[in-house]
Amino acid sequence: MEIPKSFLGYKRENGRAGTRNHVIILPVDDISNACAEAVANNIKGTIALPHSYGRLQFGADLELHFRTMIGTGKNPNVAAVIVVGIEPKWTKRIVDAIASTGKPVEGFSIEGVGDIDTIAKVSKKAQEFSMWASEKQREECPMSDLWISVKCGESDTTSGLASNPTVGNLMDKLEPFGVHLCFGETSELTGAETVCEKRGKTPEAQAKFKKTWNDYNDFILKEATDDLSESQPTAGNIAGGLTTIEEKAFGNFQKIGGCQFIDVLEPAEEPTKGAGLYFMDTSSAAAECVTLQAAGGFNIHLFPTGQGNIIGNPIEPVIKLTANPLTAKTMSEHIDVDVSKILSREMNLSQAGDELIKSTLRVANGRLTCAEALGHKEFVMTKLYRSA
Amino acid sequence: MSNTDIIIHDEKDNVGVVVIEKITPDQECNCWIMENDKSVSIQSIDEIPLGHKIAMTDLNEGDTILKYGHDIGKVVKNIKKGEHVHVHNVKTKKW
Repeated sequence: MEIPKSFLGYKRENGRAGTRNHVIILPVDDISNACAEAVANNIKGTIALPHSYGRLQFGADLELHFRTMIGTGKNPNVAAVIVVGIEPKWTKRIVDAIASTGKPVEGFSIEGVGDIDTIAKVSKKAQEFSMWASEKQREECPMSDLWISVKCGESDTTSGLASNPTVGNLMDKLEPFGVHLCFGETSELTGAETVCEKRGKTPEAQAKFKKTWNDYNDFILKEATDDLSESQPTAGNIAGGLTTIEEKAFGNFQKIGGCQFIDVLEPAEEPTKGAGLYFMDTSSAAAECVTLQAAGGFNIHLFPTGQGNIIGNPIEPVIKLTANPLTAKTMSEHIDVDVSKILSREMNLSQAGDELIKSTLRVANGRLTCAEALGHKEFVMTKLYRSA
Repeated sequence: MSNTDIIIHDEKDNVGVVVIEKITPDQECNCWIMENDKSVSIQSIDEIPLGHKIAMTDLNEGDTILKYGHDIGKVVKNIKKGEHVHVHNVKTKKW
């Protein structure tokens, strides 16, 4: 298949391009959710991103909170942002960082004002932003404006056999176009960690991966009361035929095809070393991982599933594929791309990769994903440890 | 091409994955090895559902299970060629 050279995206002030055109109402903290949700209810064309944290965090955990908030606002799928927090200082820190992209952003704080007057003020600004964003048109953008993140979930053996290698095939074909790519799931590389380490393009990238994985493993050994056999693999994985974490890891690893990663990112860190594949240190819980990748700036997500994970994200469209013929049949409303014909050998991997590229471009051009149509907007902050 | 019942990733692998709804005991199964595009056959002992693994050789306690050509765990209970391979007879080496 000849791969298209462009897609229709929204060009942003900082040179990036979005596959979506969201106006978001971003609460800094848990207690500002009610205000953000009230505004999104008032003003059509806006979405609130409620979450559970943002108070009394400190150290690396607080830095991650800010990085996730700021990265979400900076994501090119977002046209304009309103930040609402209980107090002005942290709110301003987030507003100022998002403003560096040049996109419209305003902050409001609730203390001394109360919810009702804040909702009124924020609603007026949100209406202005929503109507402004509604006039944005899609324009032709080069393939290199696609930043593709990947993560699999509710995996079974069909994931490692077919749907993950289909994603790998897409990576192999799109990497030469200067696309940014990102995989994560530190815990789910356990068993394949030495093989994965060797995929680092430079000794620095390899060493950084090794340290990241070792730190994670040390944390598991310290915190685990028994072992992870109850969590990794999950009950769903086991029902699907996956027996051990090592088997799951080698299946997971198929998603990067033959690509080498050029750098290892902190959770929610934006890549800065140019086009190519990056590894991001993330949890393997689907919503946490995709939220971090979206905050890293990725604008379209590929999600292979075996037994049928149903996750979506509020700003980054999540495309689901499965090679499990039962899942494709029983959960068809969640599956954007059915590659189960690989198992019956009616389709080969390269054909499946081509189908996935076509679907990815349709979604990049504006087609709703199943998760978007079904209203999946899981926005889940990663918390590193207890708050003060 | 006859229907494929089982797919094996790598020639070195000692397990294959069932890719039809299920295989039944004493079924003569067609296996396809992805790595080299060869076909082999095996007679099943157990009923094995879609996505689950079958032993391609006899395996003894302590043996290593190979899939994708890599170590994915250890045998904790002897397994006969054609039997179901899963959490009842294989454990991780990690935790």
